[in-house]
Amino acid sequence: MEIKAPTPQIPPPVWTEFKDLQEWEKFHQERPEGDKHSEIFEQATEGVFNFPGGFIATGLVDSILNWARKSSVWPVTFGLACCAIEMMATFASRFDVERLGMVPWASPRHSDLMIISGTVTIKMAPMLKRIYDQMPDPKWAVSMGSCANSGGPFRYGYHVVKGVDRVIPVDVYVPGCPPPPESLLNGLLLLQDQIAHFKKTGQRPAPNPKTD
Amino acid sequence: MTSDQAKAEIQERLGVAAAGERGQLTVTVPVERWLDLARLAKDALGCLYFNFSTAVDWKDQGLEVVARVENVVAALSLTMKTRLGPGETHCPSLVPIWRGAEWMERECYDMFGVRFDGHPDLRRILLGQDWEGHPLLKSYAVDTPHPPFR
Repeated sequence: MEIKAPTPQIPPPVWTEFKDLQEWEKFHQERPEGDKHSEIFEQATEGVFNFPGGFIATGLVDSILNWARKSSVWPVTFGLACCAIEMMATFASRFDVERLGMVPWASPRHSDLMIISGTVTIKMAPMLKRIYDQMPDPKWAVSMGSCANSGGPFRYGYHVVKGVDRVIPVDVYVPGCPPPPESLLNGLLLLQDQIAHFKKTGQRPAPNPKTD
Repeated sequence: MTSDQAKAEIQERLGVAAAGERGQLTVTVPVERWLDLARLAKDALGCLYFNFSTAVDWKDQGLEVVARVENVVAALSLTMKTRLGPGETHCPSLVPIWRGAEWMERECYDMFGVRFDGHPDLRRILLGQDWEGHPLLKSYAVDTPHPPFR
Protein backbone atom coordinates (compact mmCIF):
# COMPACT_ATOMS: atom_id res chain seq x y z
CA MET A 1 0.00 0.00 0.00
CA GLU A 2 1.30 3.35 -0.98
CA ILE A 3 1.53 5.96 1.73
CA LYS A 4 1.17 9.54 0.63
CA ALA A 5 2.70 12.39 2.48
CA PRO A 6 0.02 14.63 3.95
CA THR A 7 -0.62 17.81 2.02
CA PRO A 8 0.12 20.77 4.28
CA GLN A 9 -2.99 22.81 4.88
CA ILE A 10 -1.90 26.41 5.16
CA PRO A 11 -4.66 28.83 6.09
CA PRO A 12 -4.77 31.80 3.73
CA PRO A 13 -3.34 34.98 5.24
CA VAL A 14 -5.74 37.71 6.21
CA TRP A 15 -4.50 40.12 3.61
CA THR A 16 -5.72 37.97 0.73
CA GLU A 17 -9.11 39.52 1.34
CA PHE A 18 -7.65 42.81 0.22
CA LYS A 19 -7.05 43.57 -3.40
CA ASP A 20 -3.89 45.50 -2.80
CA LEU A 21 -1.78 47.03 -0.10
CA GLN A 22 -3.39 50.41 -0.49
CA GLU A 23 -6.73 48.90 0.37
CA TRP A 24 -5.10 47.39 3.44
CA GLU A 25 -3.75 50.83 4.30
CA LYS A 26 -7.23 52.27 4.03
CA PHE A 27 -8.39 49.57 6.41
CA HIS A 28 -5.77 50.68 8.91
CA GLN A 29 -6.54 54.35 8.94
CA GLU A 30 -4.19 56.53 10.88
CA ARG A 31 -5.43 58.38 13.92
CA PRO A 32 -7.62 61.21 12.62
CA GLU A 33 -7.01 63.38 15.68
CA GLY A 34 -3.27 63.47 15.18
CA ASP A 35 -0.89 63.16 18.08
CA LYS A 36 -2.19 65.45 20.78
CA HIS A 37 -1.60 65.66 24.47
CA SER A 38 -4.41 65.04 26.85
CA GLU A 39 -6.42 68.01 28.08
CA ILE A 40 -5.26 67.66 31.67
CA PHE A 41 -1.60 67.58 30.64
CA GLU A 42 -2.04 70.68 28.48
CA GLN A 43 -3.78 72.56 31.32
CA ALA A 44 -1.13 71.55 33.86
CA THR A 45 1.76 72.64 31.66
CA GLU A 46 0.00 75.91 30.82
CA GLY A 47 -0.53 76.51 34.51
CA VAL A 48 3.10 75.89 35.38
CA PHE A 49 4.26 78.04 32.47
CA ASN A 50 2.01 80.98 33.46
CA PHE A 51 3.00 80.79 37.13
CA PRO A 52 5.54 83.56 37.93
CA GLY A 53 8.95 82.11 37.22
CA GLY A 54 7.40 78.94 35.93
CA PHE A 55 8.98 79.29 32.49
CA ILE A 56 12.33 78.48 34.08
CA ALA A 57 11.01 75.12 35.19
CA THR A 58 9.36 74.34 31.85
CA GLY A 59 12.41 75.44 29.89
CA LEU A 60 14.63 73.30 32.07
CA VAL A 61 12.36 70.30 31.65
CA ASP A 62 12.23 70.92 27.90
CA SER A 63 16.00 71.09 27.60
CA ILE A 64 16.48 67.97 29.70
CA LEU A 65 13.89 66.08 27.67
CA ASN A 66 15.43 67.23 24.41
CA TRP A 67 18.90 66.30 25.61
CA ALA A 68 17.63 62.86 26.48
CA ARG A 69 15.90 62.54 23.13
CA LYS A 70 18.81 63.60 21.03
CA SER A 71 21.22 61.38 22.97
CA SER A 72 19.28 58.23 22.27
CA VAL A 73 17.97 58.37 18.75
CA TRP A 74 17.52 54.80 17.69
CA PRO A 75 17.28 54.38 13.94
CA VAL A 76 15.23 51.52 12.59
CA THR A 77 17.26 49.33 10.26
CA PHE A 78 15.33 49.87 7.08
CA GLY A 79 17.50 49.51 3.99
CA LEU A 80 15.84 50.07 0.65
CA ALA A 81 18.56 50.22 -2.00
CA CYS A 82 22.25 50.85 -2.49
CA CYS A 83 22.23 53.71 0.05
CA ALA A 84 21.65 51.02 2.64
CA ILE A 85 25.24 49.85 2.13
CA GLU A 86 26.50 53.28 3.13
CA MET A 87 24.03 53.32 5.99
CA MET A 88 25.43 49.99 7.19
CA ALA A 89 28.94 51.42 6.95
CA THR A 90 27.80 54.33 9.08
CA PHE A 91 26.39 51.95 11.65
CA ALA A 92 29.54 49.84 11.68
CA SER A 93 32.60 50.35 13.80
CA ARG A 94 34.58 52.69 11.57
CA PHE A 95 32.06 55.51 11.67
CA ASP A 96 30.40 54.21 14.81
CA VAL A 97 27.15 56.04 15.40
CA GLU A 98 26.81 54.38 18.76
CA ARG A 99 29.04 57.05 20.24
CA LEU A 100 26.18 59.43 19.37
CA GLY A 101 23.74 57.23 21.19
CA MET A 102 22.27 55.72 18.04
CA VAL A 103 21.63 52.03 18.26
CA PRO A 104 20.41 50.53 14.99
CA TRP A 105 17.36 48.63 16.10
CA ALA A 106 15.51 45.99 14.18
CA SER A 107 12.02 46.93 15.31
CA PRO A 108 10.12 50.08 14.40
CA ARG A 109 8.21 49.92 17.66
CA HIS A 110 11.33 50.73 19.67
CA SER A 111 12.81 53.26 17.26
CA ASP A 112 12.77 57.02 16.96
CA LEU A 113 14.37 57.59 13.60
CA MET A 114 13.79 56.19 10.15
CA ILE A 115 16.56 56.59 7.60
CA ILE A 116 14.94 56.21 4.20
CA SER A 117 17.99 54.83 2.46
CA GLY A 118 17.20 54.42 -1.18
CA THR A 119 14.62 54.42 -3.92
CA VAL A 120 11.02 54.34 -2.79
CA THR A 121 8.89 52.67 -5.42
CA ILE A 122 5.15 53.10 -5.59
CA LYS A 123 4.76 49.50 -4.55
CA MET A 124 7.03 50.00 -1.52
CA ALA A 125 5.50 53.28 -0.36
CA PRO A 126 2.54 51.75 1.55
CA MET A 127 4.91 49.46 3.45
CA LEU A 128 7.16 52.40 4.27
CA LYS A 129 4.18 54.36 5.51
CA ARG A 130 3.06 51.44 7.62
CA ILE A 131 6.48 51.00 9.23
CA TYR A 132 6.63 54.74 9.89
CA ASP A 133 3.21 54.62 11.48
CA GLN A 134 4.35 51.83 13.75
CA MET A 135 7.08 53.98 15.27
CA PRO A 136 6.15 55.67 18.55
CA ASP A 137 6.15 59.43 18.83
CA PRO A 138 8.27 61.51 18.86
CA LYS A 139 9.79 60.23 15.65
CA TRP A 140 12.00 61.62 12.94
CA ALA A 141 12.86 60.77 9.37
CA VAL A 142 16.06 61.31 7.43
CA SER A 143 15.82 61.12 3.66
CA MET A 144 19.11 59.71 2.42
CA GLY A 145 20.28 60.07 -1.15
CA SER A 146 18.90 61.55 -4.33
CA CYS A 147 16.29 58.87 -4.86
CA ALA A 148 14.62 59.42 -1.52
CA ASN A 149 14.98 63.20 -1.79
CA SER A 150 13.45 63.70 -5.21
CA GLY A 151 13.33 60.45 -7.15
CA GLY A 152 16.89 60.93 -8.34
CA PRO A 153 17.82 59.29 -11.64
CA PHE A 154 14.46 57.51 -11.66
CA ARG A 155 12.43 60.70 -11.37
CA TYR A 156 11.13 60.36 -14.91
CA GLY A 157 10.45 56.67 -14.56
CA TYR A 158 7.01 55.24 -14.13
CA HIS A 159 7.39 53.44 -10.82
CA VAL A 160 9.24 55.71 -8.37
CA VAL A 161 7.78 58.08 -5.82
CA LYS A 162 9.21 61.50 -6.63
CA GLY A 163 10.56 62.20 -3.18
CA VAL A 164 9.72 60.38 -0.01
CA ASP A 165 8.28 63.58 1.47
CA ARG A 166 5.11 62.76 -0.44
CA VAL A 167 4.67 59.78 1.81
CA ILE A 168 5.99 60.81 5.23
CA PRO A 169 7.29 64.08 6.70
CA VAL A 170 11.07 64.38 6.46
CA ASP A 171 13.34 66.31 8.83
CA VAL A 172 16.78 66.15 7.21
CA TYR A 173 17.62 65.62 3.55
CA VAL A 174 21.06 64.17 2.88
CA PRO A 175 22.19 64.72 -0.72
CA GLY A 176 24.43 62.37 -2.64
CA CYS A 177 24.20 59.32 -4.84
CA PRO A 178 24.83 57.54 -2.56
CA PRO A 179 25.93 59.83 0.28
CA PRO A 180 29.16 58.65 1.88
CA PRO A 181 29.03 57.76 5.57
CA GLU A 182 30.51 61.13 6.49
CA SER A 183 27.61 62.81 4.74
CA LEU A 184 25.03 60.72 6.52
CA LEU A 185 26.83 61.31 9.81
CA ASN A 186 26.63 65.03 9.16
CA GLY A 187 22.92 64.64 8.50
CA LEU A 188 22.47 62.76 11.75
CA LEU A 189 24.34 65.48 13.64
CA LEU A 190 22.08 68.06 12.02
CA LEU A 191 19.12 66.02 13.15
CA GLN A 192 20.46 65.97 16.71
CA ASP A 193 20.82 69.72 16.54
CA GLN A 194 17.24 69.93 15.36
CA ILE A 195 16.04 67.69 18.16
CA ALA A 196 17.82 69.83 20.71
CA HIS A 197 15.55 72.70 19.73
CA PHE A 198 12.46 70.59 19.50
CA LYS A 199 9.69 72.53 21.16
CA LYS A 200 6.50 70.55 21.02
CA THR A 201 6.51 66.84 21.28
CA GLY A 202 4.80 64.71 18.74
CA GLN A 203 3.40 67.46 16.52
CA ARG A 204 4.20 66.44 12.99
CA PRO A 205 3.73 68.59 9.91
CA ALA A 206 1.65 67.06 7.12
CA PRO A 207 3.47 65.49 4.18
CA ASN A 208 4.45 67.87 1.43
CA PRO A 209 1.55 67.93 -1.07
CA LYS A 210 3.58 68.27 -4.27
CA THR A 211 2.01 67.77 -7.66
CA ASP A 212 3.46 68.07 -11.09
CA MET B 1 24.03 20.03 -33.36
CA THR B 2 25.89 22.78 -35.15
CA SER B 3 24.43 25.99 -36.48
CA ASP B 4 24.30 24.70 -40.04
CA GLN B 5 22.50 21.55 -39.01
CA ALA B 6 20.01 23.60 -37.01
CA LYS B 7 19.45 25.95 -39.94
CA ALA B 8 18.84 23.03 -42.28
CA GLU B 9 16.44 21.48 -39.77
CA ILE B 10 14.45 24.70 -39.43
CA GLN B 11 14.41 25.18 -43.21
CA GLU B 12 13.20 21.66 -43.76
CA ARG B 13 10.53 21.53 -41.07
CA LEU B 14 9.16 25.06 -41.12
CA GLY B 15 10.26 26.50 -44.42
CA VAL B 16 11.77 29.67 -42.95
CA ALA B 17 15.38 30.70 -43.16
CA ALA B 18 17.26 31.22 -39.90
CA ALA B 19 19.74 34.06 -39.69
CA GLY B 20 22.96 34.07 -37.75
CA GLU B 21 26.01 31.93 -37.34
CA ARG B 22 28.31 30.38 -34.72
CA GLY B 23 25.55 29.11 -32.51
CA GLN B 24 23.55 32.35 -32.45
CA LEU B 25 20.46 31.88 -34.57
CA THR B 26 17.45 34.11 -35.09
CA VAL B 27 14.18 32.88 -36.54
CA THR B 28 11.14 34.97 -37.33
CA VAL B 29 7.86 33.17 -37.82
CA PRO B 30 4.23 34.25 -38.12
CA VAL B 31 2.27 33.91 -34.94
CA GLU B 32 0.41 30.80 -36.20
CA ARG B 33 3.71 28.87 -36.42
CA TRP B 34 4.94 30.10 -33.01
CA LEU B 35 4.20 26.88 -31.15
CA ASP B 36 5.49 24.77 -34.06
CA LEU B 37 8.78 26.59 -33.86
CA ALA B 38 8.91 26.17 -30.11
CA ARG B 39 8.28 22.41 -30.32
CA LEU B 40 10.87 22.11 -33.04
CA ALA B 41 13.38 23.99 -30.93
CA LYS B 42 12.79 21.80 -27.93
CA ASP B 43 12.43 18.38 -29.57
CA ALA B 44 14.63 18.54 -32.65
CA LEU B 45 17.23 21.13 -31.68
CA GLY B 46 17.41 20.14 -28.03
CA CYS B 47 16.98 23.63 -26.66
CA LEU B 48 15.98 22.67 -23.12
CA TYR B 49 16.89 25.93 -21.42
CA PHE B 50 14.49 28.86 -21.66
CA ASN B 51 16.57 32.00 -21.37
CA PHE B 52 14.17 34.92 -21.53
CA SER B 53 11.02 36.22 -23.12
CA THR B 54 10.20 39.82 -23.82
CA ALA B 55 8.48 42.04 -26.33
CA VAL B 56 9.24 45.03 -28.55
CA ASP B 57 6.75 47.77 -29.21
CA TRP B 58 6.96 48.86 -32.85
CA LYS B 59 4.19 51.46 -32.40
CA ASP B 60 1.90 51.28 -35.48
CA GLN B 61 3.24 47.94 -36.62
CA GLY B 62 2.24 46.20 -33.43
CA LEU B 63 4.12 44.20 -30.86
CA GLU B 64 6.90 41.73 -31.44
CA VAL B 65 7.34 38.88 -28.98
CA VAL B 66 10.90 37.69 -28.57
CA ALA B 67 11.99 34.54 -26.76
CA ARG B 68 15.40 33.01 -26.49
CA VAL B 69 16.04 29.34 -25.83
CA GLU B 70 19.36 27.58 -25.59
CA ASN B 71 20.87 24.18 -26.08
CA VAL B 72 23.53 24.48 -23.44
CA VAL B 73 25.36 21.28 -24.35
CA ALA B 74 25.74 22.17 -28.02
CA ALA B 75 26.29 25.89 -27.33
CA LEU B 76 23.38 26.75 -29.58
CA SER B 77 21.08 29.65 -28.80
CA LEU B 78 17.95 30.31 -30.75
CA THR B 79 16.18 33.66 -30.69
CA MET B 80 12.57 33.21 -31.69
CA LYS B 81 10.59 36.21 -32.87
CA THR B 82 7.03 36.65 -33.89
CA ARG B 83 5.18 39.76 -34.91
CA LEU B 84 1.67 40.29 -33.60
CA GLY B 85 -0.57 42.37 -35.79
CA PRO B 86 -1.31 46.06 -35.12
CA GLY B 87 -3.50 46.33 -32.06
CA GLU B 88 -3.23 42.60 -31.49
CA THR B 89 -2.23 41.47 -28.02
CA HIS B 90 -2.86 37.72 -28.03
CA CYS B 91 -0.04 35.27 -28.41
CA PRO B 92 0.23 31.53 -27.70
CA SER B 93 1.98 30.75 -24.46
CA LEU B 94 5.20 28.76 -24.26
CA VAL B 95 4.53 27.51 -20.73
CA PRO B 96 3.28 24.06 -21.85
CA ILE B 97 6.65 23.56 -23.53
CA TRP B 98 9.05 25.27 -21.14
CA ARG B 99 7.87 25.65 -17.55
CA GLY B 100 10.50 28.36 -17.08
CA ALA B 101 8.57 30.65 -19.38
CA GLU B 102 5.88 31.22 -16.78
CA TRP B 103 7.30 34.16 -14.87
CA MET B 104 8.90 35.61 -17.97
CA GLU B 105 5.54 35.75 -19.70
CA ARG B 106 3.96 37.22 -16.61
CA GLU B 107 6.56 39.97 -16.72
CA CYS B 108 5.95 40.44 -20.42
CA TYR B 109 2.24 40.77 -19.74
CA ASP B 110 2.98 43.17 -16.91
CA MET B 111 5.16 45.47 -18.96
CA PHE B 112 3.71 45.16 -22.46
CA GLY B 113 0.22 43.80 -22.04
CA VAL B 114 0.72 40.73 -24.20
CA ARG B 115 -2.02 38.23 -23.37
CA PHE B 116 -0.50 34.78 -23.50
CA ASP B 117 -3.18 32.24 -24.36
CA GLY B 118 -2.74 29.04 -22.41
CA HIS B 119 -0.75 30.60 -19.60
CA PRO B 120 -1.82 29.01 -16.29
CA ASP B 121 -1.52 32.10 -14.11
CA LEU B 122 -1.39 35.34 -16.04
CA ARG B 123 -1.15 38.04 -13.40
CA ARG B 124 1.10 41.02 -12.90
CA ILE B 125 4.39 40.05 -11.36
CA LEU B 126 6.39 43.22 -10.68
CA LEU B 127 3.88 46.02 -10.44
CA GLY B 128 0.99 46.16 -8.02
CA GLN B 129 -2.23 44.40 -8.92
CA ASP B 130 -4.05 47.73 -9.09
CA TRP B 131 -1.71 49.22 -11.65
CA GLU B 132 -3.38 50.60 -14.74
CA GLY B 133 -1.71 50.33 -18.11
CA HIS B 134 1.47 48.65 -19.22
CA PRO B 135 4.44 50.94 -18.66
CA LEU B 136 6.90 49.76 -21.29
CA LEU B 137 4.51 50.43 -24.14
CA LYS B 138 5.44 53.49 -26.16
CA SER B 139 1.95 54.85 -25.68
CA TYR B 140 2.25 54.84 -21.88
CA ALA B 141 2.67 58.27 -20.32
CA VAL B 142 5.19 58.04 -17.50
CA ASP B 143 3.45 60.83 -15.62
CA THR B 144 0.26 58.83 -15.30
CA PRO B 145 -1.01 59.67 -11.82
CA HIS B 146 -1.02 56.85 -9.36
CA PRO B 147 -2.69 58.03 -6.18
CA PRO B 148 -1.94 58.52 -3.40
CA PHE B 149 1.79 58.68 -3.91
CA ARG B 150 2.14 60.16 -7.38
